Amino acid sequence: MIRLLAAAAASTLLAASALAAPAKPTDPQIAHIAYTAGSLDIEAAKQALSKSHNPDVVAFANEMVRDHTAVNDKALALVKKLNVTPEANPTSAGLTTQADNERATLAKLDGAAFDKAYVANEVAYHKTVNTALRDTLIPDAQNAELKALLGTGLKLFEQHQAHAETLAAKLK
Amino acid sequence: MRLTRRALAAGVLLAAISLVGCEQQKRAPKTVQILIDQLAFGKSSDDLHVGDTLQWVNHDMFEHTATAKDGQFDLDLPPGASRQVVLRRTGIIQYYCKFHPGMTGQISVTD
Repeated sequence: MIRLLAAAAASTLLAASALAAPAKPTDPQIAHIAYTAGSLDIEAAKQALSKSHNPDVVAFANEMVRDHTAVNDKALALVKKLNVTPEANPTSAGLTTQADNERATLAKLDGAAFDKAYVANEVAYHKTVNTALRDTLIPDAQNAELKALLGTGLKLFEQHQAHAETLAAKLK
Repeated sequence: MRLTRRALAAGVLLAAISLVGCEQQKRAPKTVQILIDQLAFGKSSDDLHVGDTLQWVNHDMFEHTATAKDGQFDLDLPPGASRQVVLRRTGIIQYYCKFHPGMTGQISVTD
């Protein structure tokens, strides 16, 4: 359990540092970061769907795929409409590296150990992304439509965080 | 005098018919909508009675549910969909979205 908590805390710190871009991100960078954050959580959910047999965890993972796909589809439509090309940046790269490492760690676990670790990471991940959205990405976004979509994303991810926290408590 | 009595009786009868008519009009079943937008249930009418239909309309891009905590209903609401339920008994019904548990609502149903 302590290992799990330590892993969750470490992943939070790592992700937080990954999200702490030194300069204010531009809209193309913000779009890239938000889209990447959603895609990474979809990948994590797909891993959970391939490994977990817990109905609650499977339902949660399906929800992550469904919701993040919906937001990312909207994001793609918006950048196309605005004629903006999402721009890769160190924050997106840091998030991706962190997620790759986490997936590799989770791949070694099975059963209840996997379920607990996956959900603990989902709590930490959504907490980190929500902080970044609230404190950096939404305030720094210049385009009103992008800002609005990020706002919807924040409401959604807050719900995901709450759901993951409830699930984590149930899995203890 | 006889005429007055007849007039009174007719008046009472008319008043009674009128009252029944008003009552029936008041209780005519209606459909009330609750909009779902930005991961929140909108407010419903405070004037809900047994026999009324409650309809949820999902304006979000996300799938939701309207799930009664007491098990009276559990409606799946894909994006853009609407689902409805006929209110069968009085009381306060608390409901939520199974996928997004922070989304909650409450309705009060009277006779």
